Amino acid sequence: MKSFVKNLKELLKYPSAIAGLSMIALLILLSILALNKYPYSEAIKLWRGTEQDWYTSPKFAQPAWTNWFRLNKLSETITVDSSQHPDYISVDEKSDGSSVIKISLPFTFNADSYQTDLAVYFKSTFKDKKPFVAVSLKTPDGRTIRLKNMAIGTTDTYRISQDKALIRKLDGEQPEIALFQDPESNPPQPLKGDYALEIEGVTFEPGSDINAEFIAFGDVSGIAGTDHLRRNLLIPLLWGTPVALLFGLLAAVGTTIISMSIAAVSTWYGGWLDNITQRIVEINMILPFLPILIMVGTFYSRSIGVILGTVIILGIFGSQIKTFRAMFLQTKESPYIEAARAYGASDSRIIFQYMMPRVIPVLIPQFILLIPSYVFLEASLAILGLGDPILPTWGKIIDDAYSNGALYNGWYYWVLEPAFLLMFTGLAFAMVGFALDRIFNPRLRGQ
Amino acid sequence: MAKMKNKAIAEIEQGPFPAEVDSQKQALLSIQDLHVWFELRKFGFGHAGFVRAVDGVNLDLAKGEAIAVVGESGCGKSSLMKTILGINRPVKGRVVFDGKDISKMEPKDLKWYRSQVGYIQQDPYGAMPPFMDVTRILSEPMIINSKSTPEERDARIKKVLEEVKVFPIEDFLPKFPHMLSGGQQQRIVIARAMVLEPKLIVADEPVSMLDASVRVEILNLLRNLQEKYNLGVIYITHDLSTVRYFSRRIFVMYAGKIAEQGKVQDLLFNPSHPYTLALLAATSDPDAANARVYKDIPSGEPPSLITPPPGCRFHPRCPKKIACLCEVEVPPDFEINPEHKVACWLFK
Amino acid sequence: MAKQDTQLLKIEDLVLHFKVGKTGVVRAVDGVNFNLGFKEAVVVLGESGCGKTSLAKAILRLLPKNIETYSGKVILNGVDTMAMDDETYRKDVRWVKMSMVPQAAMNSLNPVMKVGEQVAEPVVIHNGASKEDALKQARKMFAHVGVPDQFIDRYAFELSGGMRQRSAIAMALVTAPDLIILDEPTSALDVLTQANIFNVLKHIKNEMETSFILITHDIATSSELADKVAVMYAGQIVEVSDAERFFSEPLHPYAKKLMASVPKLRATVEPDFIIGQPPSLLDPPTGCRFAERCPRRFDLCKDEPPVEEKDDRLVKCWLYV
Repeated sequence: MKSFVKNLKELLKYPSAIAGLSMIALLILLSILALNKYPYSEAIKLWRGTEQDWYTSPKFAQPAWTNWFRLNKLSETITVDSSQHPDYISVDEKSDGSSVIKISLPFTFNADSYQTDLAVYFKSTFKDKKPFVAVSLKTPDGRTIRLKNMAIGTTDTYRISQDKALIRKLDGEQPEIALFQDPESNPPQPLKGDYALEIEGVTFEPGSDINAEFIAFGDVSGIAGTDHLRRNLLIPLLWGTPVALLFGLLAAVGTTIISMSIAAVSTWYGGWLDNITQRIVEINMILPFLPILIMVGTFYSRSIGVILGTVIILGIFGSQIKTFRAMFLQTKESPYIEAARAYGASDSRIIFQYMMPRVIPVLIPQFILLIPSYVFLEASLAILGLGDPILPTWGKIIDDAYSNGALYNGWYYWVLEPAFLLMFTGLAFAMVGFALDRIFNPRLRGQ
Repeated sequence: MAKMKNKAIAEIEQGPFPAEVDSQKQALLSIQDLHVWFELRKFGFGHAGFVRAVDGVNLDLAKGEAIAVVGESGCGKSSLMKTILGINRPVKGRVVFDGKDISKMEPKDLKWYRSQVGYIQQDPYGAMPPFMDVTRILSEPMIINSKSTPEERDARIKKVLEEVKVFPIEDFLPKFPHMLSGGQQQRIVIARAMVLEPKLIVADEPVSMLDASVRVEILNLLRNLQEKYNLGVIYITHDLSTVRYFSRRIFVMYAGKIAEQGKVQDLLFNPSHPYTLALLAATSDPDAANARVYKDIPSGEPPSLITPPPGCRFHPRCPKKIACLCEVEVPPDFEINPEHKVACWLFK
Repeated sequence: MAKQDTQLLKIEDLVLHFKVGKTGVVRAVDGVNFNLGFKEAVVVLGESGCGKTSLAKAILRLLPKNIETYSGKVILNGVDTMAMDDETYRKDVRWVKMSMVPQAAMNSLNPVMKVGEQVAEPVVIHNGASKEDALKQARKMFAHVGVPDQFIDRYAFELSGGMRQRSAIAMALVTAPDLIILDEPTSALDVLTQANIFNVLKHIKNEMETSFILITHDIATSSELADKVAVMYAGQIVEVSDAERFFSEPLHPYAKKLMASVPKLRATVEPDFIIGQPPSLLDPPTGCRFAERCPRRFDLCKDEPPVEEKDDRLVKCWLYV
């Protein structure tokens, strides 16, 4: 314990180590945040979410904070829901059981560019007779534009942007643009101000009612933007952090400790055990690592547990063993080992209590530097399409982005965000690892 | 391959029977016709001969007696020592400790022996694990060999540190080897050898890596401990000048065999074997006259232990070689007086 | 160079301090003075940590990077080598007039070069000789040190320890320098090999008229070569004396105790030892550095003693003032 504290103090003398450690602390914080905000089951549910979970979210939206860097601000998503605001509804019941329901959904449009999509989601209750609605838009400059008359079922969606009749009426212009233009301006500018979506509905049965939700999808949404399935990218970015860290840590720990033990035991006993181990290692070094993982992923299972297991099995007989073996061979010749044999120490005691402690200090920086390589490995597999099918991870984001032509379409945020996190992780561990290397291998201190 | 190996072993199995050894003299340790051979392997699989490190050694150590084994590097004294410690197994011959033959025992049966023998090494710093503190270093033999409580161990550690005169004891308990001077390190190593109350101590060049001013201190310490606890001590060295302060008998070893053995006075004042004479001539005392004379010593190197010369192994370098005898026949031990034996044809 | 002086080497106030850590200074060589004549061997006797290896490096200007102070005079044959710049020193002095057999030289032979080639290399570099001529010279040296001819074409690992050390000595000899510094030449060797090496050194001293500075802690073997003895303690020379008088009757209390601690094969005196340890060179005490362990310490010893000359012997002790 004392030596741990001493080494920690030594480590904190390096500014790069302090930076690296704070970055790792940040990552751990993000992981805790992720697990707190989106506990496992909820995260999975949201990630595999359906229309129900994400319908209010736009597709391919940039992160909201990018607007700070823009002169012409992109539009945000505007939602107004009558079921949230009963005061927007006025019901006028008639004697014959029918009612006239007027819903006015006010909203403010302030962006420098247009919304990307417009939709109205209707919900109604009735027994046999469908209610009937007339939808119109009231602009800040006093115009009222009739949009559509339709009958609605229990749930119905009016996609304003795809209304062909409306498009024809607007002279072939897209509704999300034309409806918000200032007719006086030339060239046409967006008209900012208070709008209201007016719905005049008629129900034909007592007890039947109508609710409407108007959504004008924006170009920006949330901290991280959205993907092709309207999902908030914050979820996989946050959630990817603990997954990446755990995978990297477990893989690094697993391979290093097991490797070291194998090297120690085979070097100590020597003879045929040492021979066989070295031959296995040499064969393993020739085997192509990534293609084997691809094969396992393609033919057997893509679950992250299986991949982790395979990575560890392939890793423990890697070239690390040769390095460990060299160190153990040297330690084996030390006089104190001979003395230990003379006072009767058993083989296992010598291996684990006399030889390993000499090697562990060298191992620590190596192991820290190994963590980011496994993180990148997991991401690489995901990009190749072999990521875990259930978990939201950074590699999965990049995979989706690639499949949906993100760079081609100018949705750079989709790729840059996970890439940035990957690099951040790599940098953090590398800085700490190199600083540790200088402590545990003093020759590198620049003597 | 295997045939060659088996043939070599069969040869020594059938070889001349060992000279008679007085094993009933209540010897603490009796080494009888010991042969320790190491197999040489070709490419890790084939057999390429044997290194005959110890090739017929007889040695008796009485209880409480200190003897010295003197020889240069490559004479086999390290292998002899490791066999005594139970780390090597001989290919022929016996090592009898307190009446029990340890050379045939399996490692697991040798546990009782570990607490009977203490080992002091040449390199005081290397002899201790650098990551263990003094308390742990001294506790290890006890943890392994006896069922003791931590309190019992602490008490024993304090006692043994007192014996080696390391004061103040509390200050030293948490220290690590690199914090100690050479002399202090060697004291801790001696303490560790004593911690299980052994009957025999094997000391391999215990002071050769220490400064001149400290050597005598350590040798005196060892001598006092030996007298106080009636320990048997095997003191292995190549420095003849320290032998007289510390041993009763000397065994001079050359190329795997004992060339001459006897009481210290006999060897120093009546050295007989030409090799012993060479060693004595080569050991200097501080005397300015030395610079004016060339030393009269045989040239050459000790022979290879893989293919030793036939007959007497010293004959290629011996100034008093008898032609046609020394190069053909292995000389047996000739007795000059009851405890002084020489393996040299000159004394037939 | 004509022999202009009666002394081959005069060392005056040689100082070498190293920087250690941020503020520490190791005063390895702290004002050393002694002289060496032609065909003479002086032994610098000292235990570990007294600065003797640093002294060798200071004389030969083989310095590490962290020097704090390096001053004094090293006058070789009347010329102060300290005044030369590094390049002149390398061309004209090092391995031309002075060479060295460093500690554990037998382990620092180049493992991928044949031994003969290695020994010949200094001749090629400094005398500009061709490889064949250099090898001829190397062969002569091998004969001097007693290495049989057939070993010249072998590699270092094929030779025994004694042979390797002799090769290292041959390498120091091959340019026929006036002075060779030997740092613990036989500490890792067996007693017979050791005696053989000293026979070689005596032979070289007589036949090739080379002078030696022998640095060692082994008092007994140092008498095999010494014409003069200089005792070093904590970075300073505390006694310089001719061998005859030193080995029979040393002056300085440290030297006396050191001599008394040598176990003698042929005498019956019980050897002595010195309590305590030498001071660290990082922070040596003021006044006489041996005072702490000296049995003859008295009140003057709190000041640094001057170097007194007594019958052609130098001793740094208040007892002789």
